[in-house]
Amino acid sequence: MTDKTVSAPSIITDRMDRFPADSHTLDRYLATGGYRSLPKALGMSAKEVTGEVRSADLRGRGGAGFPCGVKWGFLAPGKPAYLVVNGDESEPGTFKDRQLMERDPHQMLEGTIIASYASDVHHAFIYIRGEYPRSARRIQAAVDEAYSAGYLGTDILGTGYDLDVTVHLGAGAYICGEETALLNSLEGRRGEPRLKPPYYPAAKGLYMKPTIVNNVETLSNIPWIIENGGEAFSSIGPDGSRGTRLFSISGHVRRPGNYELVMGLSWRELIFEVAGGIPGDRALKCWIPGGASAPWFVPDLHLDLPVTLDDTAKAGSMLGSGAVVIMDETTCVLRAAERVVRFFAHESCGQCTPCREGCSWMERVLRRIREGAGREVDIDMLLDISDNISPGLAWPPRMTTICPLGPSAVSPILAITTYFKDEIMEHIHGRGCPLV
Amino acid sequence: MVEIRPPSVGNEWSEETQRRASKIIDSYPEPRSAVMPLLYLAMAEEGYLTDNGMREVAKRVGLTPAQVSAVASFYTMYKREHPGNYLISCCTSISCMLLGSDEVLKAIEDETEVMAEQSNAEGLVTVEHVECIGACGGAPAVTVNYELIEGMTVEKARELVRWLHNARPETVGGAECQELFGGRRSFEWGSFDRSSAVGPYPAFEPLGTVSVRSQSHDG
Repeated sequence: MTDKTVSAPSIITDRMDRFPADSHTLDRYLATGGYRSLPKALGMSAKEVTGEVRSADLRGRGGAGFPCGVKWGFLAPGKPAYLVVNGDESEPGTFKDRQLMERDPHQMLEGTIIASYASDVHHAFIYIRGEYPRSARRIQAAVDEAYSAGYLGTDILGTGYDLDVTVHLGAGAYICGEETALLNSLEGRRGEPRLKPPYYPAAKGLYMKPTIVNNVETLSNIPWIIENGGEAFSSIGPDGSRGTRLFSISGHVRRPGNYELVMGLSWRELIFEVAGGIPGDRALKCWIPGGASAPWFVPDLHLDLPVTLDDTAKAGSMLGSGAVVIMDETTCVLRAAERVVRFFAHESCGQCTPCREGCSWMERVLRRIREGAGREVDIDMLLDISDNISPGLAWPPRMTTICPLGPSAVSPILAITTYFKDEIMEHIHGRGCPLV
Repeated sequence: MVEIRPPSVGNEWSEETQRRASKIIDSYPEPRSAVMPLLYLAMAEEGYLTDNGMREVAKRVGLTPAQVSAVASFYTMYKREHPGNYLISCCTSISCMLLGSDEVLKAIEDETEVMAEQSNAEGLVTVEHVECIGACGGAPAVTVNYELIEGMTVEKARELVRWLHNARPETVGGAECQELFGGRRSFEWGSFDRSSAVGPYPAFEPLGTVSVRSQSHDG
């Protein structure tokens, strides 16, 4: 392992690394410097807190990578305003927020309280996906402890600031991770995304009131930023990718897991040093750099690119949710693509025809090719359906849909038709998978 | 031929359940927001989501039963068919697939004699395939009543099914199952979480919040 990764500052995983047995408890949190940033923030003006986060250049860790401080600054002046924590982590390959919620819930909660204070919010919601009951239990226990200790409720720490927090459990819909769908879900509706404009959460969010939606990891960074200052945070990592980032690494690697890393290392380092390379020293075939929605990377073109938001975007993909899925040479890319497209077909909310129909068409065409009944014209058909969902097949994608779910299903199609056309042809002409 | 189920004629909720429902509703600025937690409450009350359960939810949040049904049908975790005591959910998304989830699912189907998305005749086990459950670092993964078991193998999956059949545990504890049947985890789980699920719905009690909500700020 390189010194670069070993000596990386640990911002959000330090406590759970050092105290695995009880990092989730209030006692341990207090004994390791927890709830020290909250009184500091409450002693500052709301504007100063937002300014500190803005100077940190903390970009959202949920997928879109929007600067957090700027987002807070966009909040419309209407009252009441709300803050919603997006703990609906469901992007295939991603399991980082689960670790942050289960292992250090107070860290996220302190970030939530500070963020609420900065935006004059008095009721915050924590939306956790239904399949994460342990995360929800840990967060609820932390909320209860925080109420008892005076970090939540009325007149927090004697400052006159009031905040209530409600923990809300989802029920198995990936699309609720999309912020406007999440708000519909939280209002007791079907989790269907809203059209933007006009329904930007900052202006017309929960109950049509100004609302901030922040990811779990994003908020988990806030206590450190308040304690150490925005400048200290922005001095870590390359421009545009400040601070650390929790990468979920899975698939064909020796050491899968979550790794808190300073961005700017290369993909080669991330895959072969951090994650220990591929079992059996098999060859790397391709990888998904940022969750199932992200276009795939291949070793010939991308292995030595720096892992940053901007470099990844320039190369036609995204760091997204920080999920890296590694596939070795034994992987049938048609099967992999079919599995990713199946996910989006399953999770499409059904509002927009191109996505609702297109995703399941693409799934069926991919299956047909994989099973040996494909025709050459199927490749054009896949691209044609893709073009109907995402006109021009550009990056970042243009959309014929309300939200980016449909265009996400295009990513694996573009990957296999661009990089693995020969393998598709072998499936078609050999009437089945050449790897079996 | 489709079997026509008679409309459920369940009873009104117990006083305890009604008390919990009111408390949940109070934790939101608008009653409608309580629909999702109340649907879980309805499942806990009757074992699955019945017409009666949706009527009980509807009248508490000011919606029609049809509106509540429209919400419930959007989400996969609200079960309109009676699931078995043990809901085995096998992840077959990309990361689990790469590490053998399809074989694990096949083993579960074979050992339970239940195809995915079906229940066995005695109503003990329901098997389903699910999309990513956020356990990719410990792939392949399954859940039983939403309690997670990571690092599954074909053999361990068979053992798990046999254990559910023979031991018929009253509750399912994730940490216990992980120790008995699991392998590599996505990350260290830390200390033992002794919570366990009593039925095919998530073991989460949304009532812990000390509700001191100050109405003045909410509207």
